Amino acid sequence: MDETDEIVQEFVVESHENLDQLDRDFVELERQPGSRELLSSVFRTIHTIKGTSGFLAFGRLESLTHVGENLLARLRDGKMSMTPAIADGMLAMVDGVRELLAAIETDGTEGSVDVTDVVARLQDLLDGREPVAEPVAEPVAEPVAEAPAPPAPVVVPEPAAASVPAPTPAPAPAPAPAPATPAVPKVAAAVTATEDHHADGPGRRGAADSSIRVDVDLLDSLMRQVGELVLSRNQIVRQAGLLDDADLLRASQRLGLIASELQESVMKTRMQPIDHLWAKLPRVVRDLGSLCHKQVRLEMVGRETEVDRTLLEAVKDPLTHLVRNAVDHGLETPEVRRAAGKSPEGVLTLKAFHAGGQVVVEVSDDGAGIDPEKIRAKAADKGLMRPEQLEALSPNEVLQLVFTPGFSTAAAVTNVSGRGVGMDVVKTNIEAIGGAIEIESAVGVGTTCRLRIPLTLAIVASLTVECAGDRYAIPQVSLQELVTLDSERAGSQIEDVAGAEVYRLRGQLLPLVRLADVLKVESDRTDGHLVIAVLQAEGHRFGLVVDRVLNAEEIVVKPLSSRLKSIGVYSGATILGDGRVALILDVQALAKRALRSTGAERDAVRAEVVETSDDSERVLIVGAGDEREIAIPLSAVTRLEQVPVDRVERVGSREVVQYRGAILPLLRLPQHLGSYGDSARTHLPLVVHTSGGRSVALVVDEVRDIVDGARVRSDINDAGLTGSAVIRDKVVELLDVRAAILAADPYFFTDDQLGHLGADLYLDGVAS
Amino acid sequence: MMVQLATFTLGDHLYGIEVSRVQEVLRHQSRTRIPLAPNAVAGLVNLRGQVLTAIDLRSRLGLTPREDLDPMMVVVRISGETISLLVDSIGDVVTVDEETFEAPPDTLDDAGRELLRGAYKLSDRLLLALDTDRAVAA
Repeated sequence: MDETDEIVQEFVVESHENLDQLDRDFVELERQPGSRELLSSVFRTIHTIKGTSGFLAFGRLESLTHVGENLLARLRDGKMSMTPAIADGMLAMVDGVRELLAAIETDGTEGSVDVTDVVARLQDLLDGREPVAEPVAEPVAEPVAEAPAPPAPVVVPEPAAASVPAPTPAPAPAPAPAPATPAVPKVAAAVTATEDHHADGPGRRGAADSSIRVDVDLLDSLMRQVGELVLSRNQIVRQAGLLDDADLLRASQRLGLIASELQESVMKTRMQPIDHLWAKLPRVVRDLGSLCHKQVRLEMVGRETEVDRTLLEAVKDPLTHLVRNAVDHGLETPEVRRAAGKSPEGVLTLKAFHAGGQVVVEVSDDGAGIDPEKIRAKAADKGLMRPEQLEALSPNEVLQLVFTPGFSTAAAVTNVSGRGVGMDVVKTNIEAIGGAIEIESAVGVGTTCRLRIPLTLAIVASLTVECAGDRYAIPQVSLQELVTLDSERAGSQIEDVAGAEVYRLRGQLLPLVRLADVLKVESDRTDGHLVIAVLQAEGHRFGLVVDRVLNAEEIVVKPLSSRLKSIGVYSGATILGDGRVALILDVQALAKRALRSTGAERDAVRAEVVETSDDSERVLIVGAGDEREIAIPLSAVTRLEQVPVDRVERVGSREVVQYRGAILPLLRLPQHLGSYGDSARTHLPLVVHTSGGRSVALVVDEVRDIVDGARVRSDINDAGLTGSAVIRDKVVELLDVRAAILAADPYFFTDDQLGHLGADLYLDGVAS
Repeated sequence: MMVQLATFTLGDHLYGIEVSRVQEVLRHQSRTRIPLAPNAVAGLVNLRGQVLTAIDLRSRLGLTPREDLDPMMVVVRISGETISLLVDSIGDVVTVDEETFEAPPDTLDDAGRELLRGAYKLSDRLLLALDTDRAVAA
């Protein structure tokens, strides 16, 4: 019972925070009605409350949030638009939730709070009926009156609540003020109720008193300062070693000792066993199992594994989500399992351990596994990729599609999961804390999700490498292994596939990316030896060729200015033991930049289709009016598309098309470059460029070819171009991509930079 | 109106920026170069545990690269960011009269003129006033 109490208390604390967030979102929503971002945020909050209330068997709360969530889902997906009536319904829902939570907080049950009318009203809205004014006021006033605990304070608010709707019976705009008015006394009553309990029950405290929350910023700054201290210590110890001064040496050694101890203690204050996080999962699994009619045995390995408190917070939701997913989608029902020759009881295993300066948390089930074909079908169905693109993906790459926003494989929307707010959010959350997520699955055997999270936020385990005399740090989280080849083996085992270098690593082709080429610097390795860091990012594996591997080192991440971040290769900087600055490579961005967007890792059979990884030298040739040929660097091309002319719509003076649920601004390239395009077309070929979540499309006359970059370049130039070149014996103009993108969307880079700015702020908070 | 400018040289010219913008002036420190960064970004320096972006004003102003001469660093704060400007040598802080201010001289090339607010006519030479915000927006 105690365990349940703890869960309920935690739920209440958490939900109060969620409600505060809701209030903020609703206020903001009034200013920007229809903002999808806000609606999504509201939706997620309600979704969270609903999910937990379901497990804790708060039926009324669940039914209320369920219908609210449905309504929000429609708003978010643009199937309904915000009206005053809906806004009021939403607010009534929030009030209902608040009231139920207050009841739950006082005695652990939903008490006698009645929300059926609010539910009915939301259902009406959902079905497109205007709500009737009468019941609106009633449900809100009533539960308060019936609430058994504090009869006294109710008397005052009640007449006020009841009197308002009476003179205004039916007209449509009338309901607007009605729910708002009763909301006030109701909340007041709820508060009084809690206070009453304070008075007569000394053992029970309100949610706000039962836990103290230390400001994360404070802990972070403490951690950061210790990090700095450790770095300074390293420098002093190094310098003291050079000088011949016994006293200084002793003092520096003592400093070193104290600094290490201090670092350890500070880290310990923030460390907690992962069991804190897992403690509530058995209940979640049991309830969910019975809800889905599944038999589940939960096994936990490595409960005592310690994780930084802030990280624990950060992985809480993703982990819960993965567990729900595993029970809901992963494990089969007993009948199916018996038929497949398995024990009717499914096993869900949680495993945590430290490995290489990281914490690895695995959620595995021995269920049906994920069928890549189903994912392919689903992705094609959702229009995430074109069928031929999907066909080219390896099974492992297909699996990674589950992390795409809006992707959900559950056939039906269930009470538990399957609304597409799933894996992409998990991935985003994990990556936000510098972690990584991998998924492995075998049909009929089971699925494993593996989270790799850093030990702490401020200090990152990294590998220092050298390239062209400069040192770079690679976060260990992306590193899989190191391979060194002597010149003889490098000569014979590095193969060339259509211009791209690959190495056969245990039978699999590993595309190689030379860091010196990416950075456009001269490698100083002349002996032919090859040092390959095998990295995993974005579901791809690739080998980064560096000059030398220096050592593994704990580094303190320093933010970079947004300008340098936008180069797209560096995620930050750090100061090494000798006081010099080293750049931290952004492995995710590097993977995206250096490899094609799909298909980096392929098996030997399809080796022929591996294309050159050096996109910077390959260009897309398009026709753009007046017989002109324009070259666009392939690295700037995300996709090629065709849209019918009649799908082009206008926003002010700009042309746009609706594309994958977003508005895609168009730029007619011929006009941009001052010539006339081919206007007698039914379909427009588009060159889509996507970066930082924004896309623009360049309308061209014709997509002609993809060729290796120009050998001869000239500066002969015109507006919108960066120069010209001779390609296939013809003069081709090189497009100034940045200018073209800005012409299509003047805020393209601004937002990008804002995004970077956000990241900077984030880093500031943890590591500056 | 009198204004105070911190002065430094680049090639044969004397430049100045508002004293209030300058955090400190330092000898050259070792820099970490940043491949792929814009030309004028000369690298990253470690200023007491803080990582600063260094911007080479010679490159910014379109002057010829510095030859076997260690640059000095003028550390400025611009919209919350601390940036190190690389210059040839540091001069005095001078007080100049706004009366002596004039628009940029025509002898400067385009790249230079865009980054200058104008020139103060000192008794013996011209003091070119740098537009700090533009200069660091490399």
